Amino acid sequence: MGKTFNPKITAFLCKWCSYTGADLAGTSRLQYPTAIIPIKVMCSSRVDPVFLIRAFLKGADGVLIGGCHPGDCHYESGNYHTRRRFAILQSIFDSLNLEKDRLRLSWISASEGPKFARVCNEFTDKIQKMGPNPTRKNMFI
Amino acid sequence: MVKALREEVKRLFEEKKVDLVIGWGKGSLPMTATPIFINKAEDAERLIWDETCSNNLAVYLTKDKRQLVKTDQKIGIVVKGCDGRSLVLYAVENQIQRENLVIIGVPCAGVIDKKKVLKHIEGKEVLSASFEADRMTVEGRGFKTEIAKCDVLSDSCLNCNHPNAPVFDVFIGEPRKSDSVEDVYPDVEAFEKLDSEARWKTMVEAYSKCIRCYACRNVCPSCYCTECFVDQNDPQWIGKSPEITDTLIFHLGRNLHVAGRCVECGACERACPADIDLLKLNRKISKEILERFNFTAGLDINEKPALASFCENEKQDFIMG
Repeated sequence: MGKTFNPKITAFLCKWCSYTGADLAGTSRLQYPTAIIPIKVMCSSRVDPVFLIRAFLKGADGVLIGGCHPGDCHYESGNYHTRRRFAILQSIFDSLNLEKDRLRLSWISASEGPKFARVCNEFTDKIQKMGPNPTRKNMFI
Repeated sequence: MVKALREEVKRLFEEKKVDLVIGWGKGSLPMTATPIFINKAEDAERLIWDETCSNNLAVYLTKDKRQLVKTDQKIGIVVKGCDGRSLVLYAVENQIQRENLVIIGVPCAGVIDKKKVLKHIEGKEVLSASFEADRMTVEGRGFKTEIAKCDVLSDSCLNCNHPNAPVFDVFIGEPRKSDSVEDVYPDVEAFEKLDSEARWKTMVEAYSKCIRCYACRNVCPSCYCTECFVDQNDPQWIGKSPEITDTLIFHLGRNLHVAGRCVECGACERACPADIDLLKLNRKISKEILERFNFTAGLDINEKPALASFCENEKQDFIMG
């Protein structure tokens, strides 16, 4: 075990926008941290709250959800549902003293490769500063 | 009241308006009522309605009894306020056919939580219990105690604004006037005022008692998935041991799955053998949904649950770019 902290960030990316955005970031040779572990989902609203809770409580230092911009959802309204769900999830995290800033929802379209790289860099920097997920200490993982 | 209920059910059978009535009957132990299924007029005499009728009968319209809903059977169901709200939820979510249902409303003044009574008398065995307007008397070997009813009411009944079913076909007696409680969530507010460390500690302490019997899920009227995520093996979402991480995933997951659909009937809490304050997080979410989306579950038969609908130009301050 090295002394440096290498965060692990689980990213749920919607197939139609954010995942393609990530692809574009890659093909454009944009650098983004290796901390990001992308998981492709068909829609950001496919991300059941259980996925996030599980990722977080099982030790992910941050969880990112990437979806299409409001109005651009491939299934018309999926991301609006994600938005409501995410709001409730964050408030629950807050009331349990789990750091809600470790959850992030971003709208990244298929053409926004640079934005994807920026979001990943920003988020990783932030998690780097916040340190490891405290539930790792609190729980027996 | 009970007499009127029995007469009404008898009348429904005689007029062939129902083939089956779901109601409460006397339980085998004191202070308990058991759900009963009546299919002929004579059996209406078995029906009771009092403070012990705590089960949310709406669950029998889904889950194990799902086949009942699919046939053309006309079903009568006796409901309190919260059970009635569950039925509204089912109607919104297309789980029941409203026209096959005869909803019999009863005015509810709150039901008792048996566990609270037992705590009150320090776990002594109760042999008989009787109820008056605002107090109850419990008797056992060598003791007889009077308890104020407000001390043993189920947590869900303490700040209830919906004593009558929002939708009904027949109502027994007069609908009870709502108490119009202004501060519906004092318990949640008290919890929110705790400092962050204490909130985490209370929750972990409470949930670490969980033995993962899933009784809360089984009695929950809003939990009617044919296969729950905790039962799935492939992929397996959570570990099977009662270990705190998995327990928290189960409870938080369940809370969020019923978010905006929970009618706060308190069935989960009354069913919990480990005496966990399960309603607190559900009520916290309900409060949040009320504040954010101005929605309360199970009141309007034409309104979709908050998390199944949306508004395009909603506040999205929590999204950072």
